[in-house]
Amino acid sequence: MPLVENGQIVQDRYRYAGDEEPIPGRVPVIVPAQRFLTDTDALIRRDGSLGVLWPNDRRIAELAPWLGHLALVALQFPKFRDGRAYSQARLLRETYGFRGTLRATGDVLRDQFHFLIRAGFDSFEVKKPADATAFVQAASRYSVVYQPTADGRVPALRRRVQRAAPSES
Amino acid sequence: MYIYDAFDRRLLAERVLEFRDQVSRRLSGELSEEEFKPLRLMNGVYLQLHAYMLRIAIPYGTLSTLQLRKLAEIARKYDRGYGHFTTRQNIQFHWIKLAELPDAMAELASVGMHGMQTSGNNVRNITTDQWAGVAPDEIEDPRIWAELIRQHVTLHPEFSFMPRKFKIAVGASHRDRAALRIHDMALRLHRNAAGETGFEVMVGGGLGRTPYLAQTIKPFLPKRDALSYVEAVLRTYNQFGRRDNIWKARIKILVHDLGAEAFAKEVEGEWQSIKDGALVLEPAMVADIAGRFRYPDYKKLDDSPPELVAARRNDRVFDAWLSNCVTNHKVPGYAIVTLSLKPEGGTPGDCTAAQMDKLADLADRYSFGEVRVGHEQNLALPHVAQRDLPALWRELDAIGLAQTNVNLISDIISCPGLDYCSLANARSIPIAQEITRRFHDLDRQRNLGRLHINISGCINACGHHHVGHIGILGVEKNGEEFYQITLGGKADENATLGTLIGPAVPYAQVADVVEDIAAAYLDLRDQAGELFIDTVKRIGIEPFRERVYAAR
Repeated sequence: MPLVENGQIVQDRYRYAGDEEPIPGRVPVIVPAQRFLTDTDALIRRDGSLGVLWPNDRRIAELAPWLGHLALVALQFPKFRDGRAYSQARLLRETYGFRGTLRATGDVLRDQFHFLIRAGFDSFEVKKPADATAFVQAASRYSVVYQPTADGRVPALRRRVQRAAPSES
Repeated sequence: MYIYDAFDRRLLAERVLEFRDQVSRRLSGELSEEEFKPLRLMNGVYLQLHAYMLRIAIPYGTLSTLQLRKLAEIARKYDRGYGHFTTRQNIQFHWIKLAELPDAMAELASVGMHGMQTSGNNVRNITTDQWAGVAPDEIEDPRIWAELIRQHVTLHPEFSFMPRKFKIAVGASHRDRAALRIHDMALRLHRNAAGETGFEVMVGGGLGRTPYLAQTIKPFLPKRDALSYVEAVLRTYNQFGRRDNIWKARIKILVHDLGAEAFAKEVEGEWQSIKDGALVLEPAMVADIAGRFRYPDYKKLDDSPPELVAARRNDRVFDAWLSNCVTNHKVPGYAIVTLSLKPEGGTPGDCTAAQMDKLADLADRYSFGEVRVGHEQNLALPHVAQRDLPALWRELDAIGLAQTNVNLISDIISCPGLDYCSLANARSIPIAQEITRRFHDLDRQRNLGRLHINISGCINACGHHHVGHIGILGVEKNGEEFYQITLGGKADENATLGTLIGPAVPYAQVADVVEDIAAAYLDLRDQAGELFIDTVKRIGIEPFRERVYAAR
């Protein structure tokens, strides 16, 4: 499953650690939420980037106190149509101010890229290789947006009062 | 009439390109039908019994004649020469080919129309009072707020994959003509004690197999906060609405399970954290949207001009049409004309391409180029000078759009039912057609007075049967079509769900049952000639049940 960051297919520096397996020192790891919550102190004291894989049916607010110790949060899309992690992502970015890497995992397809980026994701485990190749094209599909989000794009409502018209195509 | 600007046009053009790419990936096999389904649904494309169906949004029910002519062209070019107006201010084309859909959408985009979010688990077309902007009783034009919300939820990155669909309606009057309480969320503009206008916010309404009326969770929301509050409600629903069972996935179930108070508290917590952020509606933003709604340049005219008075006196048929189909306008000398799409033996809501074209001509001549679409599946001309009514009536009559039955028993709301829909258990349209034939006599209909029949071909309730004065629901029993009858429902400011009167009856008996109910009402109504719905409210359903089942 290709990983896309900054518009390019990249090698994943992280490895996923299960609930039990020992974690070698300094290797960047992503641990499951339950392991993180049970073993928080040891994990955040460890030397090496730490990521947490957070389920989409658990309040993201629980993770808020630890965000300063996390280099990455991975959120889950068990199915294309299950969009709970979009809300979790926006809460992480906009309410809790998370600045680390926000990774989308699971059923991640081309037609979600625009929404995922706008919700604050910047790392994508893309299900199909062809979709990963088409990332840049799919991600730049829309030059006009109607909502303010953490991606900083200026929505039409505000651009209008700033009198900045888009070029017609 | 809202005029699209360069931003709106650009976004729509980009959407068409994206859909064209999706269709070509489906046709090449790169996308499976399962993967394509949510993508086509987000563009209003359903796969029905016989063909693909395209549903096009008519935001807040306002159409320009340019748009209406384009719909006629789509009907002719890509469909079978007609379209079907739905109960949610949409129009559907039922016979469209997948490979031609991107072209049809590009043509629609050229007049600022689209099928975006007319299906799928996102925020659907925002609906309002079809008389918005012209009703004498509204406190301001609700369409400005509907448009602000429409833009905000269009391709919303967070709310495009919610547990289920989400329908929002906006009203601005103490009279509810938008069926607010049967929506997932409704906002009603009103004035508080201090004289400021703001919104009463209701959530959790919906019909289907578990009908609920929406409950008020915020009695007064300042206008500047409209978008942040909508965002807080949607965020709460997106995270906590059920996704394990499609029948329990609507927000009404979440509101019911948590209780309206607990739900409101959850929303309030979320809202407090975002209300003073980027979603605050600055007056300049609202003014900019309001400024792109165009209003007619009305002439200074008097009410009841002599030519109208004379025509009413001289022509009984005209007078009957006028009293049933024409309503007061907020500007003196003007009127709102409702056009029934319910001819005897017809399909409720159907309109031919020829009718659309001719109606567009009439709207240009008599209604400042504007047409409205209402949830009753009828159309309206919103700005007709009263002195023009006799001439307009003759011209409408020539194209079959001067039916006098508005709000009468044959003005039936109906879903497409088993004749088209893959979800249906039973036919709806033939039931409606038979009832219109039984009650074809206009004097008989007028004697029965205001009476709304709503028919749904399955429990999804697209025909809103729960809120019909007489509700008819098709069910399937051992492979045969049966129909449950409810009485006493209504979707106005005193919204009520109807009560089932007894066991379901077979297809062949439905029209007889309606005749029995009508006859019982004539016997039971009080001396003052109370309306059907008031008789049901006063005496309950028992006397009707007796009449209907005594002989069965």
